[in-house]
Amino acid sequence: MMKVYSAYRDGRLTIFLHGELDHHAVRQSMAAIERLLDDYLPRDCVLDFSHLSFMDSSGIALILKLHRRMSSAGGRAWVENAAAQPLRVIDASGIERLVKIAAQEEART
Amino acid sequence: MKHTSRNYIKLEFPSTGANESLARSAVAALAAQLDPTLDELGDIKTAVSEAVTNAIVHAYPDRIGTVWLRASILDGDVLELTVRDRGRGIADVAQAMQPLYTTGGEERSGMGFTIMESFTDALRVRSTPGKGTTVTMRRRIRKKR
Repeated sequence: MMKVYSAYRDGRLTIFLHGELDHHAVRQSMAAIERLLDDYLPRDCVLDFSHLSFMDSSGIALILKLHRRMSSAGGRAWVENAAAQPLRVIDASGIERLVKIAAQEEART
Repeated sequence: MKHTSRNYIKLEFPSTGANESLARSAVAALAAQLDPTLDELGDIKTAVSEAVTNAIVHAYPDRIGTVWLRASILDGDVLELTVRDRGRGIADVAQAMQPLYTTGGEERSGMGFTIMESFTDALRVRSTPGKGTTVTMRRRIRKKR
């Protein structure tokens, strides 16, 4: 079960995803994420992966969707604190050409 | 090379989303017997997740069907994974395996097969439209030093 937490400050919405991000989790949490974006209409949106223990290609779809939505409103979206496993999936997908990905300190070895 | 199976698990489950994590955990518990690195274990869980999600989302798009998963430890520290469904099948497997190709809408990235290919040593997809799909993957676990 994935949990979604958020923090908003100065036009930047940070979304913290806790748990495992698979297709099931994306289906369950997408509505909550859309609601946060509608409520805050942020200029920047950060996906914080500090507490994300697993991600598959469903996570790539989520990142791309957020990126498209923010870009179409003239804003930006990016990922912070990705651990080693999500980072390997991100690397294999090639989305770093589109979206900025910041890894956890110890994840890139 | 002919492989003999040293240990294996077989799982049969309905194609509901909650079973994606169940399949990953079961395979990870078996793979742990090979003493994999964290990266290897992560790759295996990811590959299982992609194959099982395909069965849940694409094989049975509008009903709950059955998914069969077999994970075997073969000689030479190879983990073999087979995910099988009796869903609608794939008409053009080569097209389905193209990066970014998807029929799943914006919930899906079209990267599932690409990830399975990158994270395993061998991937084979057999499918018959109307009959179902079988995905077989192999990954060798290197011994930790």
